[in-house]
Amino acid sequence: MSTGRKYLLQNVAPYGGERTTVLLADGVIAAIGTDVTDDDATIIDGRGLVLLPGLVDLHTHLREPGREDAETIRTGTRAAALGGFTAVHAMANTTPTQDTAGVVEQVWSLGREAGWADVHPIGAVTVGLEGERLAELGAMAESKAQVRVFSDDGKCVHDPVLMRRALEYVKAFDGVVAQHAQEPRLTEGAQMHEGIVSAELGLAGWPAVAEEAIIARDVLLAEHVGSRLHVCHLSTAGSVEIIRWAKSRGIDVTAEVTPHHLILTDELARGYDPTFKVNPPLRTQRDVEAVRAGLADGTIDIVATDHAPHTREDKDCEWAAAAFGMTGLETALSVVQETMVDTGRLTWADVARVLSETPARIGRVSDHGRPIAVGEPANLVLVDPAARRVINPDEQATKSGNSPFRGRDLSGCVVATFLRGRATVMGGASCDEDVVARA
Amino acid sequence: MKHLLSTGSLSHKQAVRILDTAGQMAATQAREIKKLPTLRGRTVVNLFFEDSTRTRISFETAAKRLSADVINFSAKGSSVSKGESLKDTALTLQAMGADAVVIRHHASGAPHTLAHSGWTNGAVINAGDGTHQHPTQALLDAYTLRRHLTGGGDPSGRDLAGLRVAIVGDVLHSRVARSNVQLLHTLGADVTLVAPPTLLPVGVEAWPAEVSYHLDEVIDTKPDAIMMLRVQRERMSSSGGGFFPSPLEYTRGYGLDARRLAAMPDHAIVLHPGPMNRGLEISADAADSPRAVIVEQVANGVAVRMAVLYLLLSGNESNETKVDA
Ligand SMILES: [Zn+2]
Repeated sequence: MSTGRKYLLQNVAPYGGERTTVLLADGVIAAIGTDVTDDDATIIDGRGLVLLPGLVDLHTHLREPGREDAETIRTGTRAAALGGFTAVHAMANTTPTQDTAGVVEQVWSLGREAGWADVHPIGAVTVGLEGERLAELGAMAESKAQVRVFSDDGKCVHDPVLMRRALEYVKAFDGVVAQHAQEPRLTEGAQMHEGIVSAELGLAGWPAVAEEAIIARDVLLAEHVGSRLHVCHLSTAGSVEIIRWAKSRGIDVTAEVTPHHLILTDELARGYDPTFKVNPPLRTQRDVEAVRAGLADGTIDIVATDHAPHTREDKDCEWAAAAFGMTGLETALSVVQETMVDTGRLTWADVARVLSETPARIGRVSDHGRPIAVGEPANLVLVDPAARRVINPDEQATKSGNSPFRGRDLSGCVVATFLRGRATVMGGASCDEDVVARA
Repeated sequence: MKHLLSTGSLSHKQAVRILDTAGQMAATQAREIKKLPTLRGRTVVNLFFEDSTRTRISFETAAKRLSADVINFSAKGSSVSKGESLKDTALTLQAMGADAVVIRHHASGAPHTLAHSGWTNGAVINAGDGTHQHPTQALLDAYTLRRHLTGGGDPSGRDLAGLRVAIVGDVLHSRVARSNVQLLHTLGADVTLVAPPTLLPVGVEAWPAEVSYHLDEVIDTKPDAIMMLRVQRERMSSSGGGFFPSPLEYTRGYGLDARRLAAMPDHAIVLHPGPMNRGLEISADAADSPRAVIVEQVANGVAVRMAVLYLLLSGNESNETKVDA
C-alpha cells in the first residue's frame, strides 16, 4: 500500500540520541544515515525533534458502537494520531459489547476505514461484561480482528473461578486477560479515593485495598495456572509493591499506569468538578510518587491512556451523578515527558519502551513498537520536546471535552505521526481526512 | 459571603457575626409582630431533592419572617423525581428570578456545583448535601451552645473557646458531624467524636477533633455538651452496610440513657439535630430531661436561618465580608 509519497526526516534524533536522517518510502524505513538523501521526498527539518516508534495504546475507549455521541472510531483514532499513536486497543465496553466475533470485526474494520491508527479490538472476558460466563474468546481470537487482549474493563472479573478459567483458556491462542482490579463489595457506591479528602467531602470512598486485594489474588492465580496476566491502570503504592513482589517470583504479569495517575491527586476532587472523577480514582501524592518510581524501575511495564470520553451531559452535573473517566490520547506523551523525562527518570528510549514496544508486545501486535531500523514498518512519531502548550479540550480532535488538563501548561508536542509511511499528522495538525482514509 | 456551602470556609469573625445576627433576629421573634420588612420583594427558593419537612419549614419560616417571597420546589411529585437534572432545575429557578436558593440534595457537593456552575446568580445556601455538610444546623447548634454555656447574659461577640463538646453516633454518614467539627473548632471549642470504629470515616485522623470508641470514658471527662447523632436502624443490616451487630448492642455502647445522663456534669446540655430515634441513640429519659435543649434547637434554627438569609441577601451588608464561603 504505497502512497507514492516519500519523507526525508533530516537531523532527527531517534530515541533522543545521535542526530541522523531517516528516509521513509513504500511504507517502510528505507534508509538511515547522516548522508541519506532523496530528491523526490518531502523534506522535514527535524532539528531538535525526537523520533520514536509510533505509540501503541493498550487501553482506549472509542465508544463505538453505542455511544457515538461521546466518541467514534474516526474521532478517537484521529485524536490518537495527534497524540502520536499509530495503534490503539479498543476496550470492550461498547453497546453492543465486544463479546462476539461479529462485533470485534466491525470495530476492526471501522478502524481500517478511518485510517488514522490501527484499531485492535479488545474482547470481553464475559458475556455482556456480566461476570457470569465466558464470552466466545476463541471465536474472537480467530476472527479477522485477531483479538489477543481480553478485558471486562469498567468491571472487574471478580469471581475467582471465572478469572482462573479465563486465564487458562486464553493460553490456547497466546492471549492475555487485562484485569480492571476492583473488588466490587468494597467499592459499592464509591465516588473517590478513600482517605482524608473523601472523609471531608463526604464522598463514599474507593479504598486502595479494593484494587490491591484483586491484584494480589490475580497474580497468585496466574502463577498457579501458568498464565500471563495484565493489570490495567494500577493506581496505588500497594499495587506497585504487589507487582514488584510478583515479578520477583517470576510470575508472568505486566502492569500499566495511566498518565493521569502519574500527575493528578485526589485533592482535585475538592471542587466537586466531575472532570476529575475517574475509575480507579485519583489517589494521593504518595501513590503518585510510587507509580512514578514503579514506572522508572520497570515494575510498571507501560503507560496506557484509559482514554474515556464522555458527553457534556454525563459530566455537567453533581459529582455522584457524573460518569467516571477522562480523555487522554492527546496529552499522554506530554504527561509522560513532564513527569518522567523532564525529571530525568526515563530516557526517550524508555519512553519508546513504555509507550510503544512493550504495549505492542503485550497485545501481540507484530508491526508496531518495532525498532527504528531499515526495513521496519514506518510507524513513527516525531516529537518536539522543547515545545510547551496550554491544553484546550475544545480544540482537541476527541469528540469529548473531559480532559483534566484544561488550561494546564504541558511539556512537548507531537509534530508528525506516520502510519506505514503515510503522515497522519504533520506540523502538529491532522492531515487531510480523505487522504488518510483513502490510503 | 456570597454563598453558605460549608462551615469549613467560615472565618471566626464571620461565624460570630452570624451568631450575633441570629441573636438580634431571635429578639425580634419575642415581639408581638414577628415579621420584618427586610427582604420584601426578594425571592427565596427552597429546592429540596430530598425529603426534610422540618428543615424546609424552618427555612420557609425564616424567609417569610423577613418578608421574602418563598417558592417551595420539592423533588417529590415534580419533574425532578423523573430525572430532570440539577442543571435544568437550576436554570428554571434562575428564570423565575431566585435571589437565594436553599438546596437540600442527596449528592455531596451538589450545592457547591450549583454555586459554581453559572446556572444561577442567586446566593446558594446548603441545607444539607449527602454526607458532606449541613452548615445551618451547625450554626444553630453553636448558637444554642453559646446561649447556655458561655456565662449568661447577652452572649454577643463571644465564641465557644474552651468548651468541650462530644459528638456521638454515626459520624461516617453525618453531615451534621462534619459541619459541627469544623465550626466548633473555628469557634474555639474542643470536639471529641464518639462512635464505633465502623461509623468513623477513614481519614478522620485529619479532622480537628479527638476520637474515642467509648462513650462512658468520654462522659467521665465531664464534657460541657453532648450532641447525639441520628443512627439509622437499617445501617446494621447486611444490605445497609452491616455497621453494627444489633440496635441493642449499639444502644448499650453509644445510647444516651438515664445512667449516662446522670454521670454528666450538672451544667452540661444534650443536643440532637432530630429527628430522634428514641430508644436507639437516645432514651426517652434523656430526650425529655430538662438538660435536653432539643426543642429549643428548633426555635434557634429559625433565628439562625433568618440571620443567614439576611446577611446573604441584604445588599451592601454582603460586601463587608465578601468571601465565597
Ligand atoms: Zn478500567
